[in-house]
Amino acid sequence: MPLVNHARRTRRRGPRRFTARDLAVIGVLLGFAILLDLFIIWGPTVASITLSFSSWDGLSDLSWVGGDNYDTLAGGDYPPFWPAVRNNLLWIAFLGLVATPFGLLLAVVIDRGVRFSRFYQSTIYLPVVLSLAVVGFIAQLIFSRDQGALNAILGNENNPTDWLGDRDLNIWMVLLAAGWRHTGYVMILYLAGLKAVAPELKEAAAIDGANERQTFLRVVFPTMRPVNVVVLVITVIEALRAFDIVYAINKGRNGLELLSVLVTDNIIGEASRIGFGSAIAVVLLTVSLGFIVTYLVQEMRGEEHR
Amino acid sequence: MTADIPTATTPRPAAAPAGKPDREAGKRPRRGRFGVHIFLGGVSLAFLAPLLLAVYASLRPYEETAEHGYFSFPRKLSFDYYRQAFSDSEMSKYFVNSLIIAVPGVLIVLFLASFAAFVLARLRIRGGFFLLILFTAGNLLPQQVIVTPLYVMFNRIELPYWMSESMTMYDSYWAVISVNVGFQLGFCVFVLANFMRALPTEILEAAVVDGAGVWTQYWRITLPLCRPALAALGTLQFTWMYNDFLWALVFISDGDKLPITSALNNLRGQFFTDYNLLAAGSVLVALPTIIVFLLLQRHFIAGLTLGSTKG
Repeated sequence: MPLVNHARRTRRRGPRRFTARDLAVIGVLLGFAILLDLFIIWGPTVASITLSFSSWDGLSDLSWVGGDNYDTLAGGDYPPFWPAVRNNLLWIAFLGLVATPFGLLLAVVIDRGVRFSRFYQSTIYLPVVLSLAVVGFIAQLIFSRDQGALNAILGNENNPTDWLGDRDLNIWMVLLAAGWRHTGYVMILYLAGLKAVAPELKEAAAIDGANERQTFLRVVFPTMRPVNVVVLVITVIEALRAFDIVYAINKGRNGLELLSVLVTDNIIGEASRIGFGSAIAVVLLTVSLGFIVTYLVQEMRGEEHR
Repeated sequence: MTADIPTATTPRPAAAPAGKPDREAGKRPRRGRFGVHIFLGGVSLAFLAPLLLAVYASLRPYEETAEHGYFSFPRKLSFDYYRQAFSDSEMSKYFVNSLIIAVPGVLIVLFLASFAAFVLARLRIRGGFFLLILFTAGNLLPQQVIVTPLYVMFNRIELPYWMSESMTMYDSYWAVISVNVGFQLGFCVFVLANFMRALPTEILEAAVVDGAGVWTQYWRITLPLCRPALAALGTLQFTWMYNDFLWALVFISDGDKLPITSALNNLRGQFFTDYNLLAAGSVLVALPTIIVFLLLQRHFIAGLTLGSTKG
C-alpha cells in the first residue's frame, strides 16, 4: 500500500508530535511574540492606512474624508510636503550614489590586506555606533555660522557662511553627516561579503587572464548579490527613516524638511492632525513596501536553495 | 566564462590559510602600498576628526574658543563642562533612564526572539515560513508608519499607578520598552533563525529520543549553542536601543523620564547655546556605545553581518 506508506513518511517529516506541556510552552511564548508583533507593528500599520482617510484630531469623533488628505498633499496645499519628498529622494540618491559606493571602495581596498587594516577599519566604522542625535550635534559644532570649525578652516570669519541656516546649503551638509555614518555601515557589510567570496573564483578568473578590475566587476561583485540586495534595502530604508539628525539640528525646518519629520509634527505638534499625519506616513509606507517586497523575494529564493 | 562553477564548491578552509602568505608576500609594488596607506589614513583621519574636535572643544571654556576659535592653542583645559553636564543638567539621571529602557529591552527581545526563532527554525511547525516573513518585514517598516496609532493607543491604555504615574501607558517606560522590543523582534528572529538553521540537527534529535520536551530542547540545548549569535545581537541591540531617539520623544512627555539621547536637547539654552557644553554632553552620550564597541568589536560586527550574509 504505497499511499499509506507515503502518508506516514510525510507525517514523520512534518510537525513532530508535541505533548500538552510542549504545546502550552509554544503557545505562550511564541504566541506572545506574535501578539507583540501584531500589536506593535502590523495593527498600527493597518490603523495608519485607515486613519489616513479621516480628519481625526485624536479627540473628536472620527469623520471620514475619503482621499482629501492625499489631495491636500498632492495639490501643494501643504507647503512642506513636496520639499520633504524632494529631500527624501535626495537622501536616497546621495546615500546610494555617493556613500554606498565609497563604502564599497573602502571595503575592497581594506580587503586586499594592508598593514594596520584593523585600525583603519575601526576608525571608519566608529561613527556607526553613534546615535544620529549625537551626529546632529557634532554637525552643528562643525557647520555653525559663528563658531563652527568649517568657517574657521576656511578663514572667512568676516563673512561667515551659514552652512546649516542657509536653506540651499544645509541639506548637503546634513547629507555629508549622514553619509559619514552610512559609509562605515556599508563597508562592514561588504567586508563580510568579500570574505565570503571563494578565493578559487578569483584565482580562476586570474588564470583566465582577467585583470583585477575585470575580476571584481564580472566575478566578485555579481557573486555578492545577496549583500548587494541587503545594502540596497538598508540604504533606501535608512533614507526614508532619516529623522534624528535633522530633528537634532533644527527640528527639520527651513530647508531640512523630511517626510518623517512632517508625520511627527502633525501628531505631537499643537495641531494634532492625526488623519493627515497618517496620510504622510502611508506615502512613506508605500515607497518602503516596494523595497521590502524585493528583499523578501530575494530571501525566499535563498530559502529554496537551502 | 571566467568562473568554473565546480571549483567554488571545493572546501574553503584549506584555501584560506594558503591565500594569506601569498598576499603578504606582496605581489604589489611598494608604491601602490604607500598610496593605499595615504588613502586609508586620510579617510580614517577625516572620519575621526569630528569626534576629536568634539572632545577638544568640550575641554575648553566657551570664552576661549569664542575669542580665538576652535583651532587655537589651548590656554586652559579642564573637565569643567563634564562636571557641569553631570551636576547642573543631571545627565546621570538620564543615563539611568536609558538603562531602565535598554537593559530590559535587550533581555526581553533576545528571549522572545530566540524562542520564536527556535520554533520556526528547529521545530518546523506549519506556517513557520509565513511567520518568519511577518517578523522580518515588520522590522523594515519606517517607524513613522506606526507611530501615530501607537500614540493614540498608548494614551488609551490605562495602567495602575504603581506601574505608571501618568496612569496610562503613554508617558511611561513601558511604552518605550515595548515598542523597542516589538520593533527589533523581527530583526532578532530573522538573525537567530538563520543561525539556528545552521546548527547540527543530530544533537536535538538525540535529545528528543531521550524524551526532552520543547522547553528543554530550547533552554538546555539550543540556546547554549547560540551564545555567539546572542552576544552579537545583544551588543547591537543595546547600541540601537540606547541610541533610540524617536520613540522616547513621542511617547514620553515628562522631561524627567527622557533617555539621554533625547535629553541632550536640554543642554541647549533658550537664547544662548554653549557649544562647548553641548560638545561635552555629546561625548558623554556617545561614550557608552563607543566603549561597548571597542570592547566587543568582534561581536558588534558579527551582529551586523549575521543579519545580511547569514554568518
